[in-house]
Amino acid sequence: MATVTPRLRDPTRLRWGWFLAACALLIASAVAGITVGPAGLTPGQVIGELVGGGSGLSGTQQAIIWDIRLPRVVLGGLVGSLLSLAGASYQGVFRNPLADPYLLGVAAGGGLGATAVIVLWPSADTRLLPLAAFAGALAAAALTYAVGRSVGGRSAVSLILAGVAVAAFFTALQTFVLQRNSETIRQVYSWILGRLATTGWQEVLVMVPYALACGAGLMLHRRLLDVLSVGDEEAESLGVSSSRVRTTVVVLATLATAAAVAVSGLIAFVGLVVPHTVRLLVGTSYRSLIPISAVAGGAFLILADMAARTVLSPLELPIGVITAFIGAPFFMVVLRTSRRYVT
Amino acid sequence: MISVEALSITYQAGQPVLRDVGLTVEEGEWLGLLGPNGAGKSTLLRAIAGLLPYRGTIRFDGADNGSLRRRDRARSVALVPQEPVMPGGMTVIEYVLLGRTPHLPYLGSEGAADLAQARLAMDMLDLEPLAGRMLSQLSGGERRRVALARAICQQADVLLLDEPTGALDIGQGQKALELIAHLRSRRPMTIITAMHDLTLAGQFPDRLTLLAEGRVVADGPPAQVLTPEHIRAIYRASVEVVNVNGGLAVVPMRTGTR
Repeated sequence: MATVTPRLRDPTRLRWGWFLAACALLIASAVAGITVGPAGLTPGQVIGELVGGGSGLSGTQQAIIWDIRLPRVVLGGLVGSLLSLAGASYQGVFRNPLADPYLLGVAAGGGLGATAVIVLWPSADTRLLPLAAFAGALAAAALTYAVGRSVGGRSAVSLILAGVAVAAFFTALQTFVLQRNSETIRQVYSWILGRLATTGWQEVLVMVPYALACGAGLMLHRRLLDVLSVGDEEAESLGVSSSRVRTTVVVLATLATAAAVAVSGLIAFVGLVVPHTVRLLVGTSYRSLIPISAVAGGAFLILADMAARTVLSPLELPIGVITAFIGAPFFMVVLRTSRRYVT
Repeated sequence: MISVEALSITYQAGQPVLRDVGLTVEEGEWLGLLGPNGAGKSTLLRAIAGLLPYRGTIRFDGADNGSLRRRDRARSVALVPQEPVMPGGMTVIEYVLLGRTPHLPYLGSEGAADLAQARLAMDMLDLEPLAGRMLSQLSGGERRRVALARAICQQADVLLLDEPTGALDIGQGQKALELIAHLRSRRPMTIITAMHDLTLAGQFPDRLTLLAEGRVVADGPPAQVLTPEHIRAIYRASVEVVNVNGGLAVVPMRTGTR
């Protein structure tokens, strides 16, 4: 039997070094996210308070940490994590480096679904919002895929063009619904631009079950995403039904997107920036890409939110503005480097 | 044993690609599929691999192809397409390991035994030194070997190779077929190769089947199939077939000289 070459890494294992580095980044971002702001906290005080109390903080400062900053950081972490997971998964199943929940129109579909419930059924339980967003997001995903395929087969750009068209259409519908109900415009408008404003832990509690379900489901499919990377026909000849894997993964990624959109609105490009950066560092295998993107995505959005709160302080920028500011140039770079997929 | 009976395939709204094809391949035999471009060689291989709908029957040791589950079929039949998809960022060992897919539970992961199979396959093809290399950094000949290693790692009894020498130069092409012959000597396998090069076809496979316009026009030992008459009729080429040390060589002749 062949012996193990010492220098070669076992390709089936998670790249623990990078994973732990991502975790360290997440923790550091979280502490920074809680510390930064107009309450005069230091990182040491925040860590002391979080790990065991006895930090000598006033009651107000404790309330700021536990009831305002921490839920917001946790929410940002969850949203960033879900959007990154969704982006990495879409890139895998569509074999398309440009795929992203926002560019595929999925986020806009989710936005329409959630808006429709907010406007037309104001008394609805907020826990229903992710489900309403999911219905809209799934419709958008199906439409984008069908249009993209009918136009350009497997071309990466035709799928994204279809996504842009679907996003425009769903956003128009959303605006139409809003204009007819002008009293909710302000509320929904701030949400369309993406925001992480929280009211305590409520949004976090709404998201956690969806985050757990999608995260676990996508983690289970990471080897199959590698199989799909050799194309549908070869995946079939290896005994895998590519349509079954694609459907399952798209549903999970769309649910992840919908859960994120339902609480935070349309935050663009996270699903593009994070997985591509991770891919550059750890390689293309989804076995490492999926878990590390999930962790790094959380860190990325917490940092983006910190920037959104501080750049124009005391004013707060919508977080979607920050991610687009980073993500749009990033998209152009990916577009350039993926020219070979484009024709 | 593979038996194909009355196999017909028509792509959407077009001419039939295969018409009433019948052939059998004995266990452990190497069959070479010949025929001009568009004769249906690749289509036949894909049908045997269960990737296309067809009319007729294909059986493996009596079991009907259509009734096999995809995963079970993949355990007994491995296909190396003419141009395998090779994701540039994937490493050689990651790619070879994909061959274990039909042996794993749907959501499961590879164990030490699977990794050992992948290493064995790489060892058989002298790929160990390249194990950590990315596919985008490989030469054409290396990519062929890597694709073959994935199929070997699949541990299937039947190996279907679509143009294993395509896009290779004469030396690499020869090496690729020597390698297949060598692999067969190490592990018994039934092999079907679609081939373009008639001289290589005259030297490696045990038996040849000549296809033209979707029909079998000749079938038998190389000496019966590779005749100047067949080659003139099917390829519209004027050749001489010479016997060199027990193998056949097909030599094109200038028509003006005859």
